[in-house]
Amino acid sequence: MRVSLFITCYNDTLFPQTGRAVVRVLERLGHTVDFPPGQTCCGQMHWNTGYQAEALPLLQRFVDQFRASEVVVVPSSSCVAMMREHYPKMAATLDDPRLTADVEALLPKVFEFSEFLTRRLGLEDVGAFYPHRVTYHASCHGLRSLSLGDGPLRLLRAVRGIDLVELERVDQCCGFGGTFAIKNADVSTAMLEEKISAVLDTSADTCTACDNSCLMHLQGALHRQRTGVKTLHLAEILASDELSPYQDAAP
Amino acid sequence: MSEGPLDPTTAPTFPIAARAAMGDAQLRNNVRHATNVIQAKRARVVDEMPDWQALREAGKQIRQHTMRHLDIYLEQFEANCTRAGGVVHWARNAAEASRIVVDLVKQSGSDEVIKIKSMTTEEIQLNHALEAAGIHPYETDLAELIIQLGNDQPSHIVVPALHKNRQQIREIFQRTMHLPQLGDQPQDLADAARIFLREKFLRVKTGVSGANFLIAETGGVCIVESEGNGRMCLTLPETLITVAGIDKVLPRFQDLEVMLQLLPRSATGERMNPYNSLWTGVHANDGPRAFHVVLMDNARSEILADEESRQTLNCIRCGACQNACPVYRQTGGHAYGSVYAGPIGAILTPQLQQMQHAQSLPYASSLCGACYEVCPVKINIPEVLIHLRNQVVLQNTAGIAGLFDVEAAAMKAMAAIFRSERRFKAAQRLGRIAETPLVRRDQQGLGWISWLPGILGGWSQARDLQQMPQQTFRDWWEKRSNHDN
Amino acid sequence: MTTSSPLSARAEILQKIRIANAHAPDTAIAQSAWSDLPRDYKRTSTLAHNAVLDLLADRLHDYDAQVLRSALADLPRNIAAMLSARSIQRLVVPAGLPPEWLPPGFIFTPDDSLSSAELDRVDGVLTASTLAIAETGTVVLQNVPGQGRRALSLVPDYHLCLVQSADVVQTVPEAMARLQPTATLPTTFVSGPSATADIEMTRIKGVHGPRFLDVILIV
Ligand code: SF4
Repeated sequence: MRVSLFITCYNDTLFPQTGRAVVRVLERLGHTVDFPPGQTCCGQMHWNTGYQAEALPLLQRFVDQFRASEVVVVPSSSCVAMMREHYPKMAATLDDPRLTADVEALLPKVFEFSEFLTRRLGLEDVGAFYPHRVTYHASCHGLRSLSLGDGPLRLLRAVRGIDLVELERVDQCCGFGGTFAIKNADVSTAMLEEKISAVLDTSADTCTACDNSCLMHLQGALHRQRTGVKTLHLAEILASDELSPYQDAAP
Repeated sequence: MSEGPLDPTTAPTFPIAARAAMGDAQLRNNVRHATNVIQAKRARVVDEMPDWQALREAGKQIRQHTMRHLDIYLEQFEANCTRAGGVVHWARNAAEASRIVVDLVKQSGSDEVIKIKSMTTEEIQLNHALEAAGIHPYETDLAELIIQLGNDQPSHIVVPALHKNRQQIREIFQRTMHLPQLGDQPQDLADAARIFLREKFLRVKTGVSGANFLIAETGGVCIVESEGNGRMCLTLPETLITVAGIDKVLPRFQDLEVMLQLLPRSATGERMNPYNSLWTGVHANDGPRAFHVVLMDNARSEILADEESRQTLNCIRCGACQNACPVYRQTGGHAYGSVYAGPIGAILTPQLQQMQHAQSLPYASSLCGACYEVCPVKINIPEVLIHLRNQVVLQNTAGIAGLFDVEAAAMKAMAAIFRSERRFKAAQRLGRIAETPLVRRDQQGLGWISWLPGILGGWSQARDLQQMPQQTFRDWWEKRSNHDN
Repeated sequence: MTTSSPLSARAEILQKIRIANAHAPDTAIAQSAWSDLPRDYKRTSTLAHNAVLDLLADRLHDYDAQVLRSALADLPRNIAAMLSARSIQRLVVPAGLPPEWLPPGFIFTPDDSLSSAELDRVDGVLTASTLAIAETGTVVLQNVPGQGRRALSLVPDYHLCLVQSADVVQTVPEAMARLQPTATLPTTFVSGPSATADIEMTRIKGVHGPRFLDVILIV
């Protein structure tokens, strides 16, 4: 299958290793990956912060870039949630029948990365090897907007060598919420504290998720507190195999 | 802790009030304990209902339908209630509603009233208006009594005193009821309230209530409660005055079959709350001889006019969204500066102020969606929050002042960057350069940022940020493609 | 009648609603739209009647109510047993309760417009009921002979309620359908004794309503 990768703006800039891992997994499974170069951002930050006029043109850009794609894979549950929950309404706001029709045709082809593996390809074992103690943080968008359910956990359980420990109160928000972490830093920090202590209770050395935005938030505190726990996008765990096991980034 | 009534027009912004609230460890413990208990109880009685989702859908549709035809149903309610001997009054706003109630109490010849817990009367600060007119209101719900005697403010729409623990309640009762020997067992405290209030129930001639539901078809009113104080206020006085928002109406009696399943399970985690009272106008030899209903708008019709946020009016005030909200669970209710706290407060309060106050509330959410998931009438609170944020932005960026809004300027600049991949690539490069002075290396030799300037400082107060990688994904991809060719 | 001008407030509010909804009132449309509302939830019994009775007893036990099954002929004996177990002597009874149900050895005062203070001085009240809902452990009382006015089952501290097995339904929707013809009567749903969870979410029995509720199921 020809898979178009929408890397998302923040993964592109801050977490390129996640994109590389997605490419690696998909190619290992025999698929071809393409990367429409005109892609930038889904518009989530603007839309969710109240800058709707600013978000609208990004919808058109996304549609133009991916209109011809067979499937679109996105390693970010919150960006997929943004598209599914708001793109139809945004198109309606613009009162552009063509755009509305394009959105309608495109959305069913858009998948969050783990969702693509479990629901579209029907896979659980993607040939990964990661001999570590791992806990999984269900991001709110993955949990509630995309209803990923235990899909990511099933992928993780099939990883060879893994020691998977479930997180207490897995349905609790980590407190990121985009600009919320800045506008309401005190509350966000308190929520983060609870999540961090749940992560530490698992004694895992790796905390994973389908969303680097939550992971960046968790990592921020895990590093500040010198816990030694690292955060890795699910794709990076699934990309790791016996031939080329995961290695910490060199400085 | 809160002096003076919760008033959105004068309250500090949410982040500031939240910081103060979170400094109170006792408060946080109390709130966490209470919300944990209710959440667990709710989950148990919701999970035993295989048709819960069908009930939620029906609840949503009934409420939506009611709002579409609100004028008809209000007129039906008025006609049927009047026919049954009730008197219906209409109030455009809080001041008008309070004035009507004060006048009615005076006409009833009483200078005191017994009151049932009612968020609507809290919303309009009715007790203040009554006291200013020389009328003493006695709150009879245990939690409201605790708040009234403790000179406090409600922090939850179902369990208003959930921020107080038993020792604090004992202290209030010891002091105000003159019971120095009072124990701190919940039963002791409830017994003290029973004795304190019974004499008032038997004596006071005028009652004031809110309403859970008004039934258009019959002109009846429904109130759900637990303690029996509601029944006392509804049946023993000679005059009863009910204050209800115009959003409280239901088309038919049959619709109660949905609401009476959704509400108790969502609100208190019970299969049914101990008492539901239904009455229609005035009944010979049963209950008050005079019955008044005040139908109050107070900005509800403005909310109705906004297609995007009118679903706010579907709320049946169960409080489930508050218990589920990770923000509310950290701060408790007072930080919201309004009697409506938590997610429902974050959308309702600014709208009740016609977006003139409480503008920080739509941002008091991480948009995690826990509220939407539990809402018995499926109000998509995150969607409404986002809509209201847009209203706030439009207000703040209008006119000259908008030019000096730092956040707006940054957001607009970012949007321009995302509109072109060329500008986006340039910005990625620039970002790496701009952050360089802030980057510090750790023992592994990795670069981290531990301090951020200006509005971004909230991030770095408890979190580090990893240095931007030297190569973006698209650079890597480009290189790899060139290599392949 | 009041100092404000209710008529104009009324007109203004209704007009604002009509503008917000952007349509003129149309009762026929509202009616048919209401009939089309989805009601895919459970609306009928799924259990045999005996199981429904068991469920009711179960739910009432959950609320700490005592439940006894009794044949009609044994009713006076069973009422006496319940009252003795709770040491109740003086009860008020509503008009219309069959006198042959009342056992000897107790003082039954008919409700002859007793004042609230007088109601406060009896030990308890004995009433019949309109129906009961098994799933929620609810008995429903209305102002009809045998059940009386609302204050009766409220002010005394003990309530013994008689429920006919034919009046027990499984679900809330079945109950509302049966109540529809008498929807305008004063009606009280009672689910266990008065309670509160206002203090640290601990369920405390008996704040203002009767602290004790017992039920006899007439089978
Ligand atoms: S918004 Fe929904 S969950 Fe929140 S109080 Fe209202 S009905 Fe309950």
